[in-house]
Amino acid sequence: MNEKPATDRRTLLKLAGFGVGMAATPLTAAQEGHGGHAMAAPAAASTASAAAPTPGYIFLNPDEAAFVEAFVDTLIPQDEFTPKGTDLGVAVFVDRQLYSGWGNGDRMYLQGPFQEGTPEQGYQLKFTPNQLIRIGIADVNDQVRAAHGGNTFDTLGEGDRITLVTALEQGKVDLPSVPTRAFFNTLFQLVMDGFFADPIYGGNRGKASWKMIGYPGVGEMYADKIAEWRNRPYRVDEPLSIQDMM
Amino acid sequence: MAATKLPAVDVVIVGSGWTGGIVAKELAPTGLKVVMFERGRPQDTVPDFAGPQAHDSLKYSRRLHMVQDLSQETITFRNSMDQVALPIRQHGFYWPGTNVGGSGAHWSGLTWRWSEWEHKMRSGTIGKYGAGIIPEDMNLQDWPVSYDELEPYYDKFEKVCGISGKAGNIRGRKQPGGNPFEAPRRNEYPLPPMTASHVMTLFDKATANLGYHPFPIPTANCSGDYVNPDGIALGQCHYCGHCTAFGCEANAKASPHFLMLPLARNNPNFQLRTNATVVKINLDPDGKRATGVTYVDARGREIEQPADLVVLGAFVTGNVHLMLHSGIGKPYDPKTNSGVIGRNYAFQGGGGARMLLDKDSYTNPFMGSGALGSWIDDVNGDNYDFAKAGYIGGGGISIGSNSGDPLTFHPTMPGQPRWGKGWKKAMVDAYHHVAGISHQGAVMSYRQNYFDLDPTYRDAFGRPLLRLTFDWQPNEKKLMTAHSAICQRIAEEITGRKEGGAGMPRSFGRFNSGFYQTTHNTGGVVFGDDPRTSALNKYCQSWDVPNLFVLGSCVFPQNAGRNPTGPVGALAFWAADAITKKYLKRPGALV
Repeated sequence: MNEKPATDRRTLLKLAGFGVGMAATPLTAAQEGHGGHAMAAPAAASTASAAAPTPGYIFLNPDEAAFVEAFVDTLIPQDEFTPKGTDLGVAVFVDRQLYSGWGNGDRMYLQGPFQEGTPEQGYQLKFTPNQLIRIGIADVNDQVRAAHGGNTFDTLGEGDRITLVTALEQGKVDLPSVPTRAFFNTLFQLVMDGFFADPIYGGNRGKASWKMIGYPGVGEMYADKIAEWRNRPYRVDEPLSIQDMM
Repeated sequence: MAATKLPAVDVVIVGSGWTGGIVAKELAPTGLKVVMFERGRPQDTVPDFAGPQAHDSLKYSRRLHMVQDLSQETITFRNSMDQVALPIRQHGFYWPGTNVGGSGAHWSGLTWRWSEWEHKMRSGTIGKYGAGIIPEDMNLQDWPVSYDELEPYYDKFEKVCGISGKAGNIRGRKQPGGNPFEAPRRNEYPLPPMTASHVMTLFDKATANLGYHPFPIPTANCSGDYVNPDGIALGQCHYCGHCTAFGCEANAKASPHFLMLPLARNNPNFQLRTNATVVKINLDPDGKRATGVTYVDARGREIEQPADLVVLGAFVTGNVHLMLHSGIGKPYDPKTNSGVIGRNYAFQGGGGARMLLDKDSYTNPFMGSGALGSWIDDVNGDNYDFAKAGYIGGGGISIGSNSGDPLTFHPTMPGQPRWGKGWKKAMVDAYHHVAGISHQGAVMSYRQNYFDLDPTYRDAFGRPLLRLTFDWQPNEKKLMTAHSAICQRIAEEITGRKEGGAGMPRSFGRFNSGFYQTTHNTGGVVFGDDPRTSALNKYCQSWDVPNLFVLGSCVFPQNAGRNPTGPVGALAFWAADAITKKYLKRPGALV
């Protein structure tokens, strides 16, 4: 028999630390009483974390930032479940991601020649994600200016914004420089990621989306819980994020 | 091409994943000088998979930090030969691993033995239904290794990994609770099955009601602490829900990075070189013998590493690419259906149904693991009369409890908003109550589905990209449609409702490379008994270059309705055995 690799002991020590102190008490079935969903709502509504200042933008210029903020709040409006997306840091998340290696297409294949391809051939643009978003924002704002007497997307009323975002989603708007669906889907995904990702990335402030749906966070271990909580709502008061455990 | 030439070694292994790792572990103790190349970086459980960053779903599930860097290497894709293939520019239908451990470090862990029929699909099909059932363009081929020959190696792989499951057939005796269609096995699984989740109990009950035979999926996520025959400790799975696309902080998910490589590295004659991409296999002037490999190191220097024996253990696409680019074996020509390298590529079929359970039915979706689930094999392989159904092959149908991380799992039901007003309510209503039934379907091999080299696009090393031509064929479309209907029927049995959320019918048009489906690619360098239709003999040894062995699912002549890692691991042990016990004693063709 071979000796156990030396790393095993270190692994175990690390792991011990990982599980400790994060065993938030799940609600009992009795406490939970009126159904899992209702429990999440009051907690979510109080997670504005409004005190946290919005840091500045790195990638987005002021016009682009205004567009992204309006887009974020159109997708994620304030309601009984959470504050609006910008109050949760989602626009800042989008900015940071666009400025990241991913935003700059660092692990994409970006060699030409470029051609459109079939719908089955996937993404074939020469744009990195941040170029796609930057150019798409300018395209959309040009259209809005033409159709709405010089207004940009961010100055439209809520109803007009919803109508336009719906049209973008359905590909009913033709943009001159970028394919509409590619632009919409990339920005849509980024906004969703900003709402749901670990707060360490700057969005999902106060773990608002996790509290909203009743996600216990990323620190839990369930080997001894999966049977005990089978078909019973497992909830915690305060989900744990990566940041909470650093 | 003034490459630096290093002193010769005995063996070069390309890739540090399952197959390379197994061969390294088996060959290093022989005292031979073995050098392994890994294109990615070093990684280990500690510090790379240590908490809490190990559960960073943006980094691993979305940005795919354990998946290959497409700026360096990718493939081009087209559906058919009349199209121009274009590069996969962003991660699409499959996620080939990179870094030490390869895909083995971030896989899910479903670990099957393929059935007896799945080792002999051609003769097994003809024997039962006659040759007329096989379409003219289908290159159905038998494995050159039977299930019985491979059984000891399946057994070995299961023991090394600590597979958790319930046997259905031990030496011919049926075992209650296991897969009744399973081929005979000599031993029970090393560990008992994992703890069932709520949705698994729903699936088990509903499928039993419908006359099927549910059982727990055999997993490489340990149901308990385990020490394997090599003395390596595996931890109990935490059911943390961060498994597929992640490394495991508990060493509960079997991976070559801790099960194979430390044992190889105990031998001073073994060396692992990371950030080193093998770009070519070098041949002697008459092309009958490999003289070693050329690789590019982290600084971009081209270096030649001579060796007496070369073992390819890269991902499917990497192995096929190296064979074609190095000019080993006759490239496949779809027009004449001749040649062998690039032949018999197959992907794997999908489909399924999503359902909304009752409000008092709680899934706790965040409690799970990559492979935790229940499965039925009643309509898989030749366990049923597929000819009557109108196609060849079958698929596994399952329910899983894999991940509830909201970044990738925040479902709403079809027809509900996916943003704006009403969306959050729909999501809150669904999150704890949505479940899905999945189909994983066999895909046969066809003349028109194959690999070759792209005429236009090149990788970061200046090589032509590998080109894939693939589309669903009528056989597979029929199978996926029929099996999605079975998934829907099971969903209806679970919810007791015909409409209102039970079921999500899918139609199957052309194969779309643009979104993730599965990493289970097969073929391109297949093994067989006939050098006209296979690149390798039964020991995975090249017919053309006997000091070259090629491993992994690229050797499968067609795909099955189950995950490939079980036979990938078993065949690596089988080939390593042939190398140490036969080849090293008398280097040359083993067949």
